Amino acid sequence: MTKLGQWLCGLALLGSAWAALALAPPGLQPPAPLRQALLPLPIYLLVAFGCYSLATVGYRLATFNDCEEAAAELQEQIKAARADLRRRGLRL
Amino acid sequence: SVLLPTYNERDNLPLVVWLLVTTLRRSGIDFEIIIIDDGSPDGTQEVAKQLEKIYGSDKILLRPRARKLGLGTAYIHGMKYASGNFIVIMDADLSHHPKFIPEFIRKQKEGNFDIVSGTRYKGNGGVYGWDLKRKLISRGANFLTQVLLRPGASDLTGSFRLYRKEVLEKLMEKCVSKGYVFQMEMVVRARQLGFTIGEVPISFVDRVYGESKLGGNEIISFLKGLLTLFATT
Repeated sequence: MTKLGQWLCGLALLGSAWAALALAPPGLQPPAPLRQALLPLPIYLLVAFGCYSLATVGYRLATFNDCEEAAAELQEQIKAARADLRRRGLRL
Repeated sequence: SVLLPTYNERDNLPLVVWLLVTTLRRSGIDFEIIIIDDGSPDGTQEVAKQLEKIYGSDKILLRPRARKLGLGTAYIHGMKYASGNFIVIMDADLSHHPKFIPEFIRKQKEGNFDIVSGTRYKGNGGVYGWDLKRKLISRGANFLTQVLLRPGASDLTGSFRLYRKEVLEKLMEKCVSKGYVFQMEMVVRARQLGFTIGEVPISFVDRVYGESKLGGNEIISFLKGLLTLFATT
């Protein structure tokens, strides 16, 4: 199954479970407190996911390593490389 | 076999070849470097010919093409001439440092991996020369990719990797995308086919010479490609 397929199946499953419980006809309703929590649940989850995303990307952005030493080392090696290549006959 | 697709890399090519030869000789690794130049107008091929004379045509294999035909086909073309049992793909613009290749090899042996991928996002991997905006785009895109594709690898758009030759051949048959998405597709298909992937943190030093390419167009095509992979794999 494709990732899209997995998402659609998952959403369909959760969606129908939610609908069955939250939108049930009067006779089959779960107790009131449960229904009150259940009804806005999809929105809450969406917002929670949004917050998680922002926090995660923000954290990863802040901890993105800066490779100062790698850049400096590279500059040194470029000098050595140029000198060596010239010695070996490279003409630019 | 190190595959080096080049386009207008006259300044960087001798440096990256020098680093490759120095690093690999020092590590006692048997190697060859296959330079696939797509008809660069800046004289890259002339420089490549000089390098071939300096280091020998058994170590430097020139396999150019007439014009710019894209990365995927460059790999396919290069692989035809590769005699190594492992293939390293990397950028020729000094953003990827050959010093990581012995680490890739060590990692491959450690876990008998089919693919070893260099990652900028884990361990002490990182980048140099990116401003905040570029880093944000990178992290944001990677996050989106992780959520949608759950690929089991931390750096999907990276192009510094070691492949078992048969594995790369198999993947090249199946992959159809272009650009960044192509690198992503390789990992996704590899997982589908049950290949194992190991990771090694790498440092990515953005372009020492030349212009880097990330504009609105790249972002759009990345998103299109990501959604395509999401819907088809």
